[in-house]
Amino acid sequence: MKISGAKIVVETLVEQGCDTVFGYPGGQVINLFDELYLNRDRINHVLTAHEQGASHAADGYARASGKVGVVIATSGPGATNLVTGIATAYLDSVPMVAITGNVPCDLLGRDSFQEVDIVGVTMPITKHNFIVKDVNELADTLRMAFKIAKSGRPGPVLVDIPKDVQIAKCEFEPKNQPIIPYPITYASEDQLKKAAELIENAKRPYIYFGGGIISGKASQELIAFADKIDAPMGCSLMGLSAVPSDNPKFLGMQGMHGHYASSVAEDESDLVIALGARFSDRATGNKARFAKNFKIIHIDIDGAELHKNIPADIAFNGDIKDALERLTAIVQEKKHPEWFARISELREEENRRTASALAHKYSKNCENCTSSCDKSGIPAEDRMNPFEIIDIVSSHAGDAVVVTDVGQHQMWAAQRYPLKAPRTFLTSGGLGTMGFGMGAAIGAATASGKRSLLFTGDGSFGMNLNELATAVSMNLPLVIVIMNNGVLGMVRQWQTLFFDKHYSNTTLNRKTDFVKLAEAFGAKGARVYTKDELEKTAEEAFAYNGTFVIDCAVDCDEFVLPMLPPGGSIDDIITEIK
Amino acid sequence: MNQYVIGIIVSNISGALSRVSGMFTRRVFNIDSLTVGETESPGFSRITVTFHGDDYIKDLILQQLRKLHDVREVEVLSEKETVIRELLLIKVKNSPESRQDIMTAVEIFRSKIVDYSPTALICEITGETSKIDAFIELVKPYGIMEMCRTGIIAVERGENCLNTIK
Repeated sequence: MKISGAKIVVETLVEQGCDTVFGYPGGQVINLFDELYLNRDRINHVLTAHEQGASHAADGYARASGKVGVVIATSGPGATNLVTGIATAYLDSVPMVAITGNVPCDLLGRDSFQEVDIVGVTMPITKHNFIVKDVNELADTLRMAFKIAKSGRPGPVLVDIPKDVQIAKCEFEPKNQPIIPYPITYASEDQLKKAAELIENAKRPYIYFGGGIISGKASQELIAFADKIDAPMGCSLMGLSAVPSDNPKFLGMQGMHGHYASSVAEDESDLVIALGARFSDRATGNKARFAKNFKIIHIDIDGAELHKNIPADIAFNGDIKDALERLTAIVQEKKHPEWFARISELREEENRRTASALAHKYSKNCENCTSSCDKSGIPAEDRMNPFEIIDIVSSHAGDAVVVTDVGQHQMWAAQRYPLKAPRTFLTSGGLGTMGFGMGAAIGAATASGKRSLLFTGDGSFGMNLNELATAVSMNLPLVIVIMNNGVLGMVRQWQTLFFDKHYSNTTLNRKTDFVKLAEAFGAKGARVYTKDELEKTAEEAFAYNGTFVIDCAVDCDEFVLPMLPPGGSIDDIITEIK
Repeated sequence: MNQYVIGIIVSNISGALSRVSGMFTRRVFNIDSLTVGETESPGFSRITVTFHGDDYIKDLILQQLRKLHDVREVEVLSEKETVIRELLLIKVKNSPESRQDIMTAVEIFRSKIVDYSPTALICEITGETSKIDAFIELVKPYGIMEMCRTGIIAVERGENCLNTIK
């Protein structure tokens, strides 16, 4: 029986195991939305406030569940509104299929109403993209989109479907199972042997892992490997949650705002074993200085990452779970008591520096403050520093999936939040997308069926707070913690350190009342100034069946520390602001 | 810095060339020349790209190309084992004073005159890049009115093939 292109889309989505899509209707997807209406018992469509929110929601859904996130938007502005979300997913290797409508084929190329060449626009930010001009190719193209999104290093794929292709009919042959990803590359025996040899000869090995451990489902293998070779571990921002924060060998995130101990340990090591990571400039700092003291083994599923940012001594591509399993099997067991004695020293030094930096913060009184915040009446000792906010909130949060926006709050959460299981820390790492959080938190809550906790800033939240409407409509259990310092804190921090305190356009001076705003959207809200208030409010928020906004007063001159200055190295680490 | 010639087999579908050339732009790799055309199989096109760089850059380029979904095969074609050709059409001023010199150059370079008018003539010459460059230098003094080169195409000697299906 012949069915329409629109119905083929729905049938193929169901066939690929998709039960939830995020999107926003429009003129060129109206046929597709008609099919979504008819099939609303098979596919749950989440209507967001804006296509960007939908794209971040599909991304958050994929990050939280490991499944492919699907987003649907109309042509032109609907499609271009997806761009930031697609780029965010691309930079962080998140499997996503974006479906856009377009004007009918005979109107393509004529600057028709709401026409944009979205395939051209998204070419550099997708693994691959398609425009389907023949309904007979639609089903297989969609299947291929899922296959590409899931295979190897995951990523977003866009499928553009002109309206006439949605209307046209053809025979549809259902396939009973989701498409199988492309075969995985496996490391060779020889490569693993060479790596094992280098590891056995190392006196101070250090493991640097990234998001590949999470997408490659290799957390257990990583921990077993670290135990056998007796090496400390640090990670990139994307690697967070792959290993429980309290793992005794885990030193935390490294890099620009990484932990002191992990950054220094890496520098002092004689062998860095990079696993599912890509040596981003934020993780390495100055490249020329970065690998001065150590050799590098680099294993990644994407061969194009090997030697790209930092040349390695041994590099090979392969499935990380398999490579770690086999490497652990052949490598000799080692003990490095001296190295771990040094690691303990570094941890102690880190604790000392952190305590000192926090103590310094307590004594602040906002005398030089230019922002118009309302917390000057609160005694300094009652105010909260960001770590205290995170500690209090996390003590109430249970196993909520943690989502962040981008900026200082993101780094504080990355440094401090105790994580227990993979896929519980969702953050825009590569692209650093302010406004990512609301959509991603909605996606995460939808995927997990559990409460999501969003850490955001007043800057990031301002970018996509319209999605409060979505969260409230869905009655999602969402706790949104705004670290409200009245400024664009991360940029302000740079301006303080490197631009003679020229606070160009980073002092927000908004008059927004986030509590009233939350209430206007139908959510609950509270503004808190002190630790006691936050304790009470957090308890209420995490018991509340719905969306709750906690607006936390934060000093505008709180810094994210430590910091490697941009282009700097471990030699330039800043751990205290005088 | 070496010059590399790479042969790329891509699916013969719209956008494949954009994806390949776009990768070079996006990743800040320079292209010296790029040609594209049909192959023995209608489903595939062959792109020949030349670029300058070191071994490291070459490897990065190969890895990035292999990631493109439309790219089926990529290979570096070694200078020694490859027949490399480029075609030049060049329009030179025709005057009684220079005519004989141009004719001599054409003959020595095994070029051809493919259009002739009292004021202009067009030479066609095929060969490796160095030969084409030399010919251009030679006729420059007579006044080049316009010129057009195809860029390099290249095929390996012997049995080795850049197959579309492996």
